[in-house]
Amino acid sequence: MASTVGNQQFAADQAATIAGDGQWPLWEVFTQSAQGAPHEHAGSLHAVDAEQALQNARDVYARRGGVISLWVVPSGAITASRAADSGPLFDPGADKAYRHPQFYKVPRGVRGV
Amino acid sequence: MTASPLAPSVVPGPSAAPNPLFELLLRLGDDRLVLGHRLSEWCGHAPILEEDIALANVALDLLGQATMFLRLAGEVEGQGRNEDALAYFREAVDFRNCQLVELPKGDFAFTIARQFLFDVYAVILLDALSSSKHGELAAIAAKALKEAKYHVRHSGEWVLKLGDGTEESHRRVQRALDDLWRFTGELFAADAIDRAMQEAGVGPDLPALRAQWETLVRDVVDRATLTLPLQAPVLTMRGGRSGAHTEALGHLLAEMQIVARSHPGATW
Repeated sequence: MASTVGNQQFAADQAATIAGDGQWPLWEVFTQSAQGAPHEHAGSLHAVDAEQALQNARDVYARRGGVISLWVVPSGAITASRAADSGPLFDPGADKAYRHPQFYKVPRGVRGV
Repeated sequence: MTASPLAPSVVPGPSAAPNPLFELLLRLGDDRLVLGHRLSEWCGHAPILEEDIALANVALDLLGQATMFLRLAGEVEGQGRNEDALAYFREAVDFRNCQLVELPKGDFAFTIARQFLFDVYAVILLDALSSSKHGELAAIAAKALKEAKYHVRHSGEWVLKLGDGTEESHRRVQRALDDLWRFTGELFAADAIDRAMQEAGVGPDLPALRAQWETLVRDVVDRATLTLPLQAPVLTMRGGRSGAHTEALGHLLAEMQIVARSHPGATW
């Protein structure tokens, strides 16, 4: 029943600080589909603590199979770039073809690149 | 003396000695069919969206388990009844579920308390059944055990939150436990069928499972700052295993069976 979730108290504290709208704290859910594959953002949900977030993530995002691992992260723990910064942050990468690794051939048999 | 074609010796009625394996499978299947239906009544009504999905998810697990147990029951009976025939075309007196699972869903605390008591029971029972000498029964039990282990994690976590939550949540879940306690005796009461199945190595020693169940239940109840009576219930409600039910089951079946009975053989 009691699961050991790393930094559970930290997570709960983080989560508690962002519940300003009367809702339960918001969590972001990441799912992994296979060994070695990256955990990818699946969506978000409300939960009062890390264990409940993990259970809700299991029921909402993993109930139809295809998931072998779950991460739940308090939404407040994520630092996101601002839309206003998108020019300085991302535009410089758009017009420098020499930064792109497109001049190399990926060897056959290499997956996940 | 001419034998009438309708003489009892010619037409064995339903009073023929029950097949204990068939009865055992009905008990296992009906517990899950009825409890799954009770949980499904929360669909669209749970406190929050995530819990709505969680309860429906448990309900579907139980429905899946009921399907497997009742399908095997139909095969064992050998009268051509499949899981649908057993689920939708039996009367309340033919259902073999314990009374605990048929009680109306009550408030959220009642549903959680009932679910927790049943989930712990299911884990212990399915664990025992997974080493049954009946191969198919053991395989179904092993599959269902995985689901039950998640169910108890879910309901146990909620018992902790409600018991150690607000004054109101504590009061409600305590009242639910008080009301439900007398229905737990039936879970571990063995009759002739259970004893026959135990002797055959097919079923568990039910009364022997109670101590383990109580230890697990009390651990969570204590941590949830709730209390349980010190003894096993003295005044115990039972009869479900032989077809004696509360009035609640009839209403549940009326709703559950109406579509199948109004449109026999319908598919979609």
